Amino acid sequence: MSLLEITDLSLDIGTYPILKGITLSVAEGEIVAVTGESGSGKSMTALAVMGLLPGGAATRGHVRLEGREILETSEAQMCRIRGRDVGMVFQEPMTALNPVKTIGDQVAETILVHEKCAKAEARARAREVLDRVGLPAERFPLTRYPHELSGGQRQRVVIAMAIALRPKLLIADEPTTALDVTTQAQILDLLKELVADYGMGMLIITHDLAVVSGLAHRIVVMRHGEVVEEGETRALFADMKHPYTRMLFEASDHCVDLPPRPDGTAPLLQVEGVSRDYPLPRTKLFEPRRHFRAVRDVSFTLDRGDRVGLVGESGCGKSTLTRAILGLEPVQEGRILLGGEPVLDGGRPNLAVRRRIQVVFQDPYGSFNPRHRVDRLVTEPYHLLPDPPKGAAREAAIDEALEAVGLQAADKRRYIHEFSGGQRQRIAIARALIIRPEIIVFDEAVSALDVSVRAQILDLMARLAAEYDLGYLFISHDLSVVRRITDRVLVMQAGEIVEEGETEQVFLAPRHAYTRSLIDAAPRLPKVGAA
Amino acid sequence: MLRYALKRLTSLVISLAFASLVIFFVTEVAPGDPARFMLGMNAQEDTVAALRSELGLDGSKAERYLDWVSGMAVGDFGTSYTYRTSVGGMIADRLWISLPLALYALALSTAIAFPAGIYAAARRGRPGDMGVMGATQLGIAVPNFWFAMMLVLIFAINLRWFSAGGFPGWDKGLWTGIKALTLPAIALALPQAAILARVMRSSLLDTLGEDFMRTARAKGLTRRQALWRHGLRNALIPVLTIIGLQFSFLLAGAIIIEQVFYLPGLGRLVFQSITQRDLIVVESVVMLLVFSVILVNFLVDLAYAAVDPRLRQRA
Repeated sequence: MSLLEITDLSLDIGTYPILKGITLSVAEGEIVAVTGESGSGKSMTALAVMGLLPGGAATRGHVRLEGREILETSEAQMCRIRGRDVGMVFQEPMTALNPVKTIGDQVAETILVHEKCAKAEARARAREVLDRVGLPAERFPLTRYPHELSGGQRQRVVIAMAIALRPKLLIADEPTTALDVTTQAQILDLLKELVADYGMGMLIITHDLAVVSGLAHRIVVMRHGEVVEEGETRALFADMKHPYTRMLFEASDHCVDLPPRPDGTAPLLQVEGVSRDYPLPRTKLFEPRRHFRAVRDVSFTLDRGDRVGLVGESGCGKSTLTRAILGLEPVQEGRILLGGEPVLDGGRPNLAVRRRIQVVFQDPYGSFNPRHRVDRLVTEPYHLLPDPPKGAAREAAIDEALEAVGLQAADKRRYIHEFSGGQRQRIAIARALIIRPEIIVFDEAVSALDVSVRAQILDLMARLAAEYDLGYLFISHDLSVVRRITDRVLVMQAGEIVEEGETEQVFLAPRHAYTRSLIDAAPRLPKVGAA
Repeated sequence: MLRYALKRLTSLVISLAFASLVIFFVTEVAPGDPARFMLGMNAQEDTVAALRSELGLDGSKAERYLDWVSGMAVGDFGTSYTYRTSVGGMIADRLWISLPLALYALALSTAIAFPAGIYAAARRGRPGDMGVMGATQLGIAVPNFWFAMMLVLIFAINLRWFSAGGFPGWDKGLWTGIKALTLPAIALALPQAAILARVMRSSLLDTLGEDFMRTARAKGLTRRQALWRHGLRNALIPVLTIIGLQFSFLLAGAIIIEQVFYLPGLGRLVFQSITQRDLIVVESVVMLLVFSVILVNFLVDLAYAAVDPRLRQRA
């Protein structure tokens, strides 16, 4: 008998079906990965096992944990099971901990809720568990608060809470999605060790096939609330039967047909010795302000039609540099020139330069005004032009921009909430394209997208680069994407560019230790058929 | 934490100094000459001048400001133009009613609002929630003097449990004093409680949607345990802000309630001294109120830091 047995589980919220007859199982000591794109029902499956489904959810079928029917267990009983028999780790370590309680109290709470034991004993046991997850007492006393820890450290605390009572089943819902690659590798290793040590079963939910391939014993692929394929990891990668699985796999490792780089062109964007400081809050009333140098003496040149990647972990100064390049913030040292002219002219944005550079941001949901129609959204950059097109010319420009990104001219009368994440990102690109910039800055522009959508957007970028003679700066934490979409790459660490070179060269033979650690930590997909 | 408190204290002193300047000069530029007002429009010029000098109104502005501030620092608020008695004494008398009344009302409003807000949040969308929300809607819409009159009608006139107004003085015993302040405190507290309950509810609902509440449930806490152990303290910050604002309002804004219950409180003192152009009293009372507002803000800041460790460190 398996530890967890889900048989024919269906779930409706209201009249809307979320899960349609899911069947999967997890044995003791086994790691089972559930993968699929957003909306496939992965997380709902996990919540069903925890008995933490949202209100209004109606379930049919069976979820059995050690033979016990979870769907028919009373809430009071479930409270005894959660945390003791099943532990859960969530996606967002930054918000998964209570900010006003110490980490010691939060880990000890798991023990105190389930067992009659003295506070001191619970704290001693919490100490042991924190040691076990790699948070030693010298650096991480029980009295620490969550805000004093980094994302990876917080995720370790969440894991400590989940395993404090050595549950038989651990559910991890996208446990590393919000973390940097090097941290991700460490957390995945920790989870793997714990499963082996404790003989737990683990159900890990992730959209990232590369993460899955190095971790799980078995893989379950879901789409639209159904299991489309499942099997032992190596066997599944060796012989993918369902076209959706194949599509997912190919999209994850999607090769872009990047047009040849135009040669013999002049430098377009010149970043020369740029440093950017942020003032720190004063610790004493009348002391001089201290500063944090977020970007330190950065120089590089982007030629016309150049496709350059900028990679680095969170907090390395990528976004700060982006804002400086766009002329949104002043720099303290150095200068940024576009076509020989400064992007910021005496503290004021230089409009003549601005219209030559546009930006596409990460969040396809937050970067549009929801009250404007698409035509108005797309024409926003027109305020940079001294004489923007009007009337029929304006309509024609909108139609062209929308069609260029694979949408229809008729979409201009619609509102942004009527579009999916991928379509919104297309609209963001149309908005950047409409004034025919020479450079577009893509700031994590595909990071929030599903792999299949991401592949389409990357193709679109390659096509536009050819058609519009476009150069871009592609900023991302995702090395595999950068590798496929850029000719040159800059690696940034703690505000400095530590390595620069031809993309393939850097990936094949990284010179800097940091670059090497990034590349090593990035999870890789196995070669198809090479099982 | 100590450093945080010291920092807040410094900003308290700076705010006070600034406020005293503003109050002094704004009152100075207000039209109307207290001396002329006291003597009537037909008074002789030299009589007015004599009175002005007697009241100390003929010094330079800077001199008078310094006199006023240094006097206040040692508890000497000056002498009322109208009543010719010490302003400090007048204010102290009134404060002995207004301060207990404000605290009483605040305690009542918190005692009503916390359980009501928590109850409603825990039963979001269910009849209990709707009942509480309906009641608070009513509490906000109905003016407090109407509550006051209804309370007098029911508890003083019909049931004769309380007197309809007036204040016997604290020398008649603590219980007698509290009893006299009970109806006004309830009338003041009800609308405040309604606002506070709504803030409590929505703040708690925001908190209940946070990720760490789900984490708490995944540990095996019941809904109720999660709410009390993890939800409440995180929901307190906006509630503390409102409590601070309400206290300041209750201290000075009780004038209508003071009228309804014939209570000689601060609100009535301000009102009277404004109509009589008793500048020194107005200035002093306003300064006192500003002081109390700033002091309450200071206390609220300390309470924030006690609730949220992140704020302790930012200082």
